[in-house]
Amino acid sequence: MHRATPDPQAVSRAIDVLARTDRGRLLSALIARLKNFQLAEDALQDALASAVVHWGRTGLPASPQRWLLKVALRKAIDLLRKDAREDRKTAEIARLSLDEAAEDGTDDIPDQRLRLIFTCWHPALESKTQVALTLRTLGGLSTPEVASAFLDNEMTMGQRLSRARAKILAAGIPYAVPGPEAWAERLQPVLTVVYLIFNQGYSCAAGDRIRQLGEEAIYLARMLNNLRPDEPEIEGLLALMLITEARRAARLGADGTSIPIASQDRKLWNDGRIAEGLAMLDQAITRRAAGPFQIKAAIAALHVQSEPPDWPQIVLLYDSLLRMEPTPVVQLNRAVALAEAGTPEAGLRVLEMLAPGLDAYQPFHAAHAELLSRCGRTGAALAAHDRAIDLASNPSDAVFLRHRRVQVAENG
Amino acid sequence: MQYMALIYSDPSLEPAYGTPEFDTMMHGYFALNETLKAAGVYVSGEGLQDIDTATSVRVRSGKVETMDGPFAETKERLGGFFVINVPDLDTALHYAAMIPSAAYGTVEVRPLMDYNS
Repeated sequence: MHRATPDPQAVSRAIDVLARTDRGRLLSALIARLKNFQLAEDALQDALASAVVHWGRTGLPASPQRWLLKVALRKAIDLLRKDAREDRKTAEIARLSLDEAAEDGTDDIPDQRLRLIFTCWHPALESKTQVALTLRTLGGLSTPEVASAFLDNEMTMGQRLSRARAKILAAGIPYAVPGPEAWAERLQPVLTVVYLIFNQGYSCAAGDRIRQLGEEAIYLARMLNNLRPDEPEIEGLLALMLITEARRAARLGADGTSIPIASQDRKLWNDGRIAEGLAMLDQAITRRAAGPFQIKAAIAALHVQSEPPDWPQIVLLYDSLLRMEPTPVVQLNRAVALAEAGTPEAGLRVLEMLAPGLDAYQPFHAAHAELLSRCGRTGAALAAHDRAIDLASNPSDAVFLRHRRVQVAENG
Repeated sequence: MQYMALIYSDPSLEPAYGTPEFDTMMHGYFALNETLKAAGVYVSGEGLQDIDTATSVRVRSGKVETMDGPFAETKERLGGFFVINVPDLDTALHYAAMIPSAAYGTVEVRPLMDYNS
C-alpha cells in the first residue's frame, strides 16, 4: 500500500462503504462483547470518526474491519472509564482490556447478526421501533435516513432509537437466537416486518429514500437467508419481493400513473430478478413446509408467468392463504381473483360482505368499482371510484383511479 | 436479573369465588408457586386484598393526608405480584405467561432496579 500519500477522497469513500456494508456485522460483534447496545453504537461511531483521522494520514489498514473492531473496543473502554465509579465497571474494563489485547488475531470477525436481528425484533419493542432499529443497525441507514423513511423528524427518531437501546439493556432483552421451540413463532413476525418495509418502499412513488426501502428489505431478507439457509418461509419472502420488485420499472407510466400488472410493458421487467425469484420459490417448495410467504410468492409468480394468469389456480392459492391468514384483505384479493376467473357476480357478492370492515381501505373501493362496472352497474361503480379516489394515499394511484373512472363513465 | 410481574385484572372479569373456574385458577397459582420454586427462580409472591381495603397516604407541606381508596380509579387493578430471578426477559415472560390471571387481565413485567450496577 502506498502509505505516504493516501487519497483523502478514496479514504472517505472507503469509510462510507464500511459504515454502510459492515456496520451490522461490526455492531453485532461489539454487542456480543460489550453486552450493551448503546455503548457498542457509541464506540463504533467513535471508531469511525477516528478512522477518518488516522486513515487520512496513514492510508487504509490491512483489515479495516478488524482495525475498527479493535479501536471500537478501546473507545468503549474509554467511554466506560469516563463514568467508572464502581467496582463492577472496573471489572468490566479489565475484562474488555483483555479482549482488546487479544484482538490481534487473524480470525474472521464472527458474524453475530442473527442474534442482533432477534434483539431488534423482540416483541417487547413496539413494531415501529423494531423497524427503525433494524434499518439503523442492520440496514446501515443513518438516523436522518430512517427518520425520513417514517416522515419523522430526526430528533424524534433519535430519541426513539436511544430509548430502544436503553430498554434492551435495562429490561434484559436477550441477545440470542431463539431456540427451536420459539423459532417459528419468532421468525414469522420478523418476516412480516421485512415485508412491511418492502411495501412501504413499494407504495410510495416519490422520494428516493423511501423507494430505497424496497432494496433495503431485499438486502435484509438475503442476509437472513444467508445466516439461516434452508428456511422455506425466508426463501418464500425473498422470492415474493424479488418477483414484485422486478416489475418496478413497469409500474408507473411516464405521467406517474400506476399501471396494473395486466397492462404493464413486460419488456421493462427485470428478467434476471424474476428468474432468481422463481428459482428461489421452487427451492422453497421442495422443502414441503407451506407458509404464507411461499403462497404469496406463488401467486406473484403466476402473475408474471402467463398473460392472462391462471386465475383458477390463484383462487386455490388464496383459499390456502385464507386458512393461514383469515383477514379481510386476503378475502378481498380472493374475491378479485374469483371475478377474474370468470365469475364477477360471485366475486362481487363476497366483496359486498366485506364492505363494513374495509370501508377505509382504498383498494377495496377500487376493486369494488371494477367488479360493479363489469356487472354493468355503472352508477354504483362511479360512486365506488369516487370513494377510492378520496382515499388514495399517493398521487400515482389517484391518477390511475381517475383514468379508470373516466373510462367507466364513457363505456357505461 | 430480578423481575417483578405485576398482576392487573378487573375483578368483574375474573371467575367468582365458589365456581369451578375459581378453583381451577387457585390451583393454577399453587402449581405456579411450585414450578417457580422447583426451577429455583422464585424470590417472592403475594396476592393483595381488594382495593375496597385500600387507603392512600401522601405528605404535603409536612402534613399527612390520608384518603379512603386507591390513588387512581381504574378498572384493572393491581391484584398481586411475583418477583423472580431469571437470566433474561424471555425467561421472565415465559413464567409471567403461566400466571393464571394473565388469562383474564394483564401481567406487566418490569426489571427491578439494581443499585449495585
